[in-house]
Amino acid sequence: MRAFWRTLYRYPRVQLGALLAAPLGWLVIAYLGSLALLFISAFWTIEPFSGNVVTEPSLDNFQTILSEPVYRTITLRTVVTASLVTLTDILLAFPIAYFMARVASPRTRGILVVSILLPLWSGYLVKAYAWRIILSEGGILNWILGPAGLKGPGYGDVAVWLVFSYLWLPFMILPIYAGLERIPGSLLEASADLGARGGHTFRKVVLPLALPAVVAGSIFTFSLTLGDYIVPSLMSSSQFIGNVVYSNISVNQPLAAAYALVPVGIMIVYLAVARRLGAFEAL
Amino acid sequence: MEEKEETKVVRKRSLRVPGVLIALAFVASACTGGASPSPSAAASAAAPSTAPSEAPSVAPSAGPSLPTAVGPGEGRLDLATWPYYVVGGTGGEQGLGADWVTAFEDKTGCKTYAKVYGGSSDGVALMKTGEYDGGAFSGDATLRLIAGGDVAAVNTELIPSYANVFEGLKNQKHNSINGVAYGVPHGRGANLLMWRTDIVKPEPDSWSVVWDGGSKYAGKISAYDYEIYIADAAVYLMATKPDLKITDPYSLDATQFQAAVDLLKEQRKNITTYWSAVQAQVDAFTNGDMVAATTWQLQANLLTAAKVPVKAIKPKEGTTGWSDTWMISSTAKHPNCMYMWMEYIISPLPNATATVFFGEAPVSQEGCAEAEKQSAGHCETFHATDESYWTDVHYWNTPSKECIDGRGPICTDFAEWTKAWTEVKG
Repeated sequence: MRAFWRTLYRYPRVQLGALLAAPLGWLVIAYLGSLALLFISAFWTIEPFSGNVVTEPSLDNFQTILSEPVYRTITLRTVVTASLVTLTDILLAFPIAYFMARVASPRTRGILVVSILLPLWSGYLVKAYAWRIILSEGGILNWILGPAGLKGPGYGDVAVWLVFSYLWLPFMILPIYAGLERIPGSLLEASADLGARGGHTFRKVVLPLALPAVVAGSIFTFSLTLGDYIVPSLMSSSQFIGNVVYSNISVNQPLAAAYALVPVGIMIVYLAVARRLGAFEAL
Repeated sequence: MEEKEETKVVRKRSLRVPGVLIALAFVASACTGGASPSPSAAASAAAPSTAPSEAPSVAPSAGPSLPTAVGPGEGRLDLATWPYYVVGGTGGEQGLGADWVTAFEDKTGCKTYAKVYGGSSDGVALMKTGEYDGGAFSGDATLRLIAGGDVAAVNTELIPSYANVFEGLKNQKHNSINGVAYGVPHGRGANLLMWRTDIVKPEPDSWSVVWDGGSKYAGKISAYDYEIYIADAAVYLMATKPDLKITDPYSLDATQFQAAVDLLKEQRKNITTYWSAVQAQVDAFTNGDMVAATTWQLQANLLTAAKVPVKAIKPKEGTTGWSDTWMISSTAKHPNCMYMWMEYIISPLPNATATVFFGEAPVSQEGCAEAEKQSAGHCETFHATDESYWTDVHYWNTPSKECIDGRGPICTDFAEWTKAWTEVKG
């Protein structure tokens, strides 16, 4: 036994290997492995009547996805919604994060952080269904707007955008808050000393320094919207990438796999851009 | 010196930041991951897991080697089923105020677990996992399951109650191959038109209220969220566009199919959301988000019980419907329990209880007699013995290249239906 420990001591690389074996094994087998399987099965097809999978490689699924206009429409709708949600969340999150990081007293800041984190402790489905009730025909929103002669958006693309923006807002606020907090106060003072006004300082000093944090937050809001299918199916009759994958997974798994690679591709591009903008240093 | 101090502070802070973000990433993945039960599975009960398999004394499989006797139960039964077919007991649907599984468990010792699905394709996918001993399936799943080798032929001699089942339900296109039964009938029903009586006026007698007349209730119409709903468009076209010459809504050539798809695309403009889960439709009708839609008798019963003003009828154009079959998996781990279940669920009392609860027609005269005790006039309401009622109810079937109505290999197959459904929803 002692010899064993001595050997370990002598070869630090073995030590490191033993330490990392479990987490790396999980990453490679469970995580990358399932991605690899997804990639491989995208090249398979099904026998139309029985629905049994035919494991002969073919490009049929990719051809379907590229040639049928409906898949382009759905991809476009998903990406546009994800971008709009991200933009909305940036606009909502920035002032809140700025207030928390720069203006609020430590006590207020604590309260704000807790109240932003609090919704994350309740289930995602609960929140989505709550919005379904709020936006429904006889729901709270119409009840409030009714006396003013107005009407809520009802279910549809607007509702989807609204609910996503609500759900992912904390994922935008916290990175921006962390990013803003990191900007040394002396830089702002220096900027003021050199004669810059508030707006100028904001544009020339705060914004560039906070940009990586904003991009980091946008990775969350964008990718979470891109992969979701529950909110669209609850809130609207139109489909997202996730809905098509979900409805095809039981009928035509290879096609679902091929279409599931589309958001993977989009995210690879997105992350590459985010990396260039320095988002990973902000993480 | 000052500057150095500053960077030190910065670094110290930046060290704290990743912690927050990593935690956030975990919450993010946990949030979405935890929500994986889909809306359509919202009503599903406990998921079964594989039990240690014991050596089965019968080994049913497709073809001639049918089991000749039912041995002792294996102590467990895993079923894939439509909602509200396996209620109560150890792992059936709970909290519905009914229970017809406990009696089965007491009698056979087979602890029963049900996995509920919302549409035929989901049911087929469940059976392909090989995790289930059997299940209840409609005609648009049964043939696919038989063709895929996922289910086995059934020796009906081992199921005494089968002898009493109405002849009109035995050896049909959807539950047998060349006279060999692939399951036992559970019950049948029609897909109905339901509307809110306080909003939809005058009282409709035609499907047109959800098709060309739907714009009057734009944003309040709903439809069933599965490709098989294309057949409902075909049924409407059979009545309104006779020059398309549709004789069977599951046998559509390219022109007929396109007409149905175009009709569905028109309808989509008036759709609020498509429904797949029973409870989702019940909620939407209660709130007034849906005012007219295709439905099952079940939802109409639930809504009426909750005093929501709805009515459900079979419109004058006829309708689609289903005749469900209990089938046994070709890889069943508990075949004896499955045979016992098939006998139990079609025997008079349980069959009456289950079909009264769901709102569908029982499968035997004896079942009707029991149903009568629970709900007077049940078999008349659901036309259990009235074959003429069913002549314009087109049971769900699996579309295939070889037309079901015998016109030859010119029809659209199921894969095309699936693809078109994606297109319809856009």
